[in-house]
Amino acid sequence: MKSSSLKNLTYKPSLARNVGNKILTITAASFAAISVLPLLLVISYVIVKGGSYINIETLILEPEPPGDDLLSAGGIGPAITGTFIMTVIASIISIPVGVGGGIYLAEYSKSGRFAKFVRFGTNVLAGVPSIIAGVFIYAIIVSTKILFGSMFSGIAGGISLSILMLPTIIKTTDEALKLVPDNLRRAAFGIGSSKFTMIYNITLPAAFNSISTGILLALARAAGETAPLIFTALFSRYYITSFDDLFYEMGSLSVLIYNFALEPYEAQNQLAWAASFILVVLLLSLNILSRWIGTLGAFSKNKV
Amino acid sequence: MPLRVDKATTSLFLKRRRPTSEKLVDIGFKNFVLAMASLVAVVLFSIFAVVYYESTESITRYGLRFLFSSAWNPVTDEYGAFTAIYGTLFTSIASLLIAIPLGVGTAIFITENIIPKYIRDLIGIMVELLAAIPSVVLGLWAVFIMEPFIRPFLNMIYEIFGFIPFFGTEPLGAGMMPAILILVVMILPIITSISKDSLDQVPSNLRQAAYGIGATRWTTIFKVIIPAAISGITGGVLLALGRAMGETMAVTMIIGNSNNFSWSIFAPSYTISSMLANQFGEADGSQVSSLMYAGLILMILTLMVNVFAQWIVKKLSLKYQ
Repeated sequence: MKSSSLKNLTYKPSLARNVGNKILTITAASFAAISVLPLLLVISYVIVKGGSYINIETLILEPEPPGDDLLSAGGIGPAITGTFIMTVIASIISIPVGVGGGIYLAEYSKSGRFAKFVRFGTNVLAGVPSIIAGVFIYAIIVSTKILFGSMFSGIAGGISLSILMLPTIIKTTDEALKLVPDNLRRAAFGIGSSKFTMIYNITLPAAFNSISTGILLALARAAGETAPLIFTALFSRYYITSFDDLFYEMGSLSVLIYNFALEPYEAQNQLAWAASFILVVLLLSLNILSRWIGTLGAFSKNKV
Repeated sequence: MPLRVDKATTSLFLKRRRPTSEKLVDIGFKNFVLAMASLVAVVLFSIFAVVYYESTESITRYGLRFLFSSAWNPVTDEYGAFTAIYGTLFTSIASLLIAIPLGVGTAIFITENIIPKYIRDLIGIMVELLAAIPSVVLGLWAVFIMEPFIRPFLNMIYEIFGFIPFFGTEPLGAGMMPAILILVVMILPIITSISKDSLDQVPSNLRQAAYGIGATRWTTIFKVIIPAAISGITGGVLLALGRAMGETMAVTMIIGNSNNFSWSIFAPSYTISSMLANQFGEADGSQVSSLMYAGLILMILTLMVNVFAQWIVKKLSLKYQ
C-alpha cells in the first residue's frame, strides 16, 4: 500500500497533463521567439544595409533630384537638420504645455471633475491617429496661410509633431508628481513656503527624472513620425540658410525615407536605407537613454 | 520647558505677511498651469471641430451613402469610402487576431519562471524597443525585404486555395496581406508590454494557491492568472486595435493604394489613413472634403475603440491590491 502511494507521487512525464504542459510551454517559447524575430531582422537589415551606405558625403550633401546616377545621388544632410529643427520646435511648444498641464492635474486638482475630464481627453488625444494631427494642422495653418502667408513650413510640421508629444508628456508628468510622497509637500508648507515655491523647489526636482524619461520618449516618437509631416512640412532638398527658411518646406529623415523608398531608382533607395540607419540609431539611443534616466533613483511605488 | 517668546517677537511674526510678489507668482503660476491643462481640451475639441467643419460639404452631399459606395472619381465628383473603411477594419482586425496569441503568449512566457530572469528581461526590453522603430522604417523593410521574401509563400496559398474568394487574386507585390503582417509587427509590442504589466500585477498568492491544490502551470495560467489579468490584457488589445486602425506610413507603403474593392487579401487595397496620406497632398475642392469625411470616420472609429478600452479596464479590473 505504502509503496504504491509513493509511486503515485512521482512525476510522470507521459501523463496527459504533463505532456500538455510541455506543449504549451514550447508554444509560448516559440511565440516569444517569433515576437523578437522582427526586431532582430529589422535592426540587422537597417544596420547592415543602411550602415553600408553611410559615409561623410551621405551625411553632409543635399540629396540630388531622383535619377539613376549612383555617383551623384547626394546625401541626407538637410533631412537630418530638418528632423532636428522640427523636433526642437515641437519640444518648445509641447514641454511647457505638457509639464504645465501635468502639474495642474497632479498638484492643483487631484480628483476634480475638470481634472478627470482632462485626463480622459489626454488619453483620447493619445489615441488620435497621427495622420489626423497632420490633417488638422493642414486645415488650420497650411491652407489658411495663417503663419505670415507661408503654406507648407517647418513650423507647421513642428506644431503637428507637438500635438503628438503632448499626451505622453502630460501623462508622465502627472504620474511622476503623484508618486512624490505627500510628506514632502506638507513639510514644505509647514516651513511656510507658498505652493509655487513648493512645486518649483520640492516636487518638480523630486519628479525630474521620471518627467525627463517621458519627454525623451515623446521626443523619440516625434522624431520618427512621418504621417503628420507629409502635408505640413512637405519635403525640401535644401539646407535652411536663414531664419526665414523656417517658413518654407522642410525636409526630414522620415519623409525622406517615405519619398525615396517609393522611387524606382536604386540610388534613392540607398539614401532611404542610410536615413533609416541614422533614424533608428537616434531613436534607439534616445529610448535607451530614457530607460537609463528612469533607473536613476526616481520615486516609484515600491521605493516610497 | 516651554519656549518663552516675548511680546515683541510674537508681534513681529504676526506682522510678517507673505510678500505680494510671491502671492502674485503663486496665483499666476496656478492660472498658467490651468491654462495649459485646458489647452489639451481645446486642442482635442478643435481637432474634432475642424475635421467636422471641413467635411460638412461631403456629409451633406453624400450622407451615409459615403460609407457604402466604393466610387472614387474626382472627374465626376463621386466619392465613397467603402473600400477604405473595409480595408481599415479588415487589416486591423486580422492583424489583431494574429497578434493576440503571439503577444499574450510572449507576455506569459516572460512573466513565468520558465527560463532565467535575465533572458526574460532581455526579451521584454527587445519587444519594447521594437515599438521604438518608426513605422516608416518598418515600411521600408516591408517593401524591400519582407514582401519579396513572403511572396512565394503567398503564391503557394494562391495556387492551392485560389478558388476561395479571399485568396482569389495572384499576389503581385503590394497588397493587403503584407500590410496585415507589418501591422502585426507594429502592434505586438503594445499587446506584449501591457499584458506583461498586468500579468506581473497578479498577486503570487493566487498562483501558489493554485499550485497547492495540484494545478499544473498551464491550468494555473488559463484558470487563474489570465482571468485575474484580463482587464489589462483587454485594454492593451483594444489600444492596439486603435493603433492599427490609425497606422499610416508602413501600411501606405505596402498596401498598394487601390480603391478597387476586392475580397482577396492578396489584392491591393486602401485604408482610410493610407488614402489620406496618398491623396491629401494633391486634392482640392470636394475631394478634400471627402477625404476629411473619411478622416472623421477614422477618428470616430478610433475614439470609440479608445473610450471602450478605458471603460473596459475600469469595468473588468479586479481589485487585488
